[in-house]
Amino acid sequence: MSTTPTLSTLDPQSVATAALAPNARITKKILVLGATSGIAEATCRIWAAQGAQLFLVARNQAKLAAVAADLKTRGAAYVGTAVADFDDTDKHAELLAHAVNSLTGMDVAYLAHGIQGDQPRAERDFEHAAQILHTNFVAPVSLLTWLANFCVQRHAGVLAVISSVAGDRGRKSNYLYGASKAGLTAFLAGLRNRVDREGITVLTIKPGPVKTAMTAEMKGWEKFADVNKVAESIVKAIDSKADTLYVPLQWRPIMFVVRSIPERIFKKLNL
Amino acid sequence: MPPAAAEPEATTTPAASPQQSVPTPPAEIFESWGRYPKYKARVVRLNWQSDFPAVLASSARAGIEGSALPVGLGRSYGDVGLLQNGTLLQTIGMDRLLAFDPATGILTAESGISLAQILDFSVPRGFFLPVTPGTKYVTLGGAIANDIHGKNHESAGSFACHVPCFELVRSDGSRRLCSRTENPDWFEATIGGMGLTGLITWAQLRLRPIVSRKMDVDHIQFHGIDEFLSLKQQYAQAEYNVSWMDCTSTGRNFARGIFMAGSHSAVPSELIPSLPPKLVFPFDAPGFALNRLSVAAFNALYFHKQMKPHVHAVQDYEPYFYPLDKILRWNRLYGRNGLVQFQYAIPWAHAKEGTIAILREIAASGLASFLAVLKAFGDIPSLGVMSFPEPGIMFALDFPIKPATFPLLQRLGDMTLEFGGRLYPAKDAAMTPTQFQTFYPAWQRFARFRDPMLTSSFWERVTGAEKRADGAERPTL
Repeated sequence: MSTTPTLSTLDPQSVATAALAPNARITKKILVLGATSGIAEATCRIWAAQGAQLFLVARNQAKLAAVAADLKTRGAAYVGTAVADFDDTDKHAELLAHAVNSLTGMDVAYLAHGIQGDQPRAERDFEHAAQILHTNFVAPVSLLTWLANFCVQRHAGVLAVISSVAGDRGRKSNYLYGASKAGLTAFLAGLRNRVDREGITVLTIKPGPVKTAMTAEMKGWEKFADVNKVAESIVKAIDSKADTLYVPLQWRPIMFVVRSIPERIFKKLNL
Repeated sequence: MPPAAAEPEATTTPAASPQQSVPTPPAEIFESWGRYPKYKARVVRLNWQSDFPAVLASSARAGIEGSALPVGLGRSYGDVGLLQNGTLLQTIGMDRLLAFDPATGILTAESGISLAQILDFSVPRGFFLPVTPGTKYVTLGGAIANDIHGKNHESAGSFACHVPCFELVRSDGSRRLCSRTENPDWFEATIGGMGLTGLITWAQLRLRPIVSRKMDVDHIQFHGIDEFLSLKQQYAQAEYNVSWMDCTSTGRNFARGIFMAGSHSAVPSELIPSLPPKLVFPFDAPGFALNRLSVAAFNALYFHKQMKPHVHAVQDYEPYFYPLDKILRWNRLYGRNGLVQFQYAIPWAHAKEGTIAILREIAASGLASFLAVLKAFGDIPSLGVMSFPEPGIMFALDFPIKPATFPLLQRLGDMTLEFGGRLYPAKDAAMTPTQFQTFYPAWQRFARFRDPMLTSSFWERVTGAEKRADGAERPTL
């Protein structure tokens, strides 16, 4: 960051006002949080080819630099980057203000960070359980609170957030992860209900298993969804201002069935 | 709240995968394109340049010992991209473009990017690959590691002639920038080095400009090697040439074929990207699908599909360069047992007599398939110590795996050796140690550059004890 903004300039209202430069919106301006994740990177490649302006945030400097170089080469009109640990919620306002200032505005915020966690460990170790909830739920709430208020000031914007089908119902194999995503899904539903009337779109993205680095060690990886097709669906859902996206699409009926199973049966299943 | 222990990543799955538990991917069959031999190996996917050699350390902590081998899209035919009971480091997640300079055409990219991905990027910008093989589903790293060649070898040389530099990372973590002037010995060992000298993390490639997707193509029937050679003279100004050959016919139709010359069209037209292929060969064909009769029938039809001896056409580059890429997994046509390819280069001194003798041997065997390719290699020297191309005639033919195939390959390999030629490791599953070490006399010099942690089943085979191909190596049928 070149200059450290004062506290008052980090307030979403003043950032939103300052960013309202004339002719600022030539191409899409997109803020990507968790930009080195497999799904985020694939999505950004589509936007880069469209000539979008991107601001990327991730934890690992070397990986972020490789992703940024790729997107710049593919045609992104602007690629800004910042290294940040999203767990550090105290720094969110400063980070987001810097990102939005660098983009001179923001049309889409895309939240793609999160951790899978270690379910067996989380069953023994509350610290780890709390870590999953913090990274996957508390941190996005902090980010989205700032971003939603920024969008409300401008009466425009899309907040696209990767939740998971795992949040639709808790299962013994990953209920800490599922609980963090269930919380996130509920938060997004409430937020959507609040800001829809302000002209803001909140998109809840619920992917099934996708072929990415994160899932590489899992059984059946070869049969998982292709990350580029998932990314295409996400771009389309954002463009059409959708509310919820199950991706691939067959997860919508599957999760309908999963949600419909009575609890007295569900509790006996090995899922 | 303590800082995160894990890397923030997109969460994408409802199933359980304890991320903190040690990743120990189970051994799986990783097939080469020929689907022979079939070996079990652990496949670890590299997604970032920093993943190697870190993955070796984490495998060692998990109790996985043994050697590793970098692999790309698995389009090598035999065992040059296999490592029995070892760890295959698949690079296709490292597919980022790092820079492109339209003034020079130089593209910098991570080594796991495929030539198809490069074309998707470069064609709309008016650039094409400087050298392309018959499939675009190979990686940049694999193209360098096998120093692949194309239909323009006479005018362009082999692939690595267009690679200004790359980075090589060794299992000890050392990194080297390699070019003709910087670490030239490592540069020459890694080109055609079959992935054994280390991991290529990124490379530069000099693309060539085009103004159209279209190719001006001439298809001309020929009978015999002399007619082929005179057509080659006649079409010397064409950028590309390759010939399909009928390897089943004898007598009057012996060594008949179709000479296909092509050049990029000079007439500007729209440079749109290619559509992804939709056809997938749906099942393993039964073993009897390819027999003497069906192949002979195909060859007769293919030879006569053009009604006139000479046809001029304008066609898109996709069907010209990649006719078989239209059908994903076409190797299933050969059934579950798979196929082997026999591909030689014989220097001009014995090129004609050698080719005729070998074609006679093949026709007499009745084992040939229809995918036969004849071409000349030009005089531009390859840069790699182990590069395959040398000036002369190049010929390639697929054989279905049958009991008689391996003794035939043994004879054909020995004939190639007698005529002073060599076989191509990237296509091979049958070369003997004696053949390999005679074909590539610099192999011991090359061996000094091999990474101690890296090897391949091919390398173990051709540097190990002699086993004749009619021995225990044959598959159970």
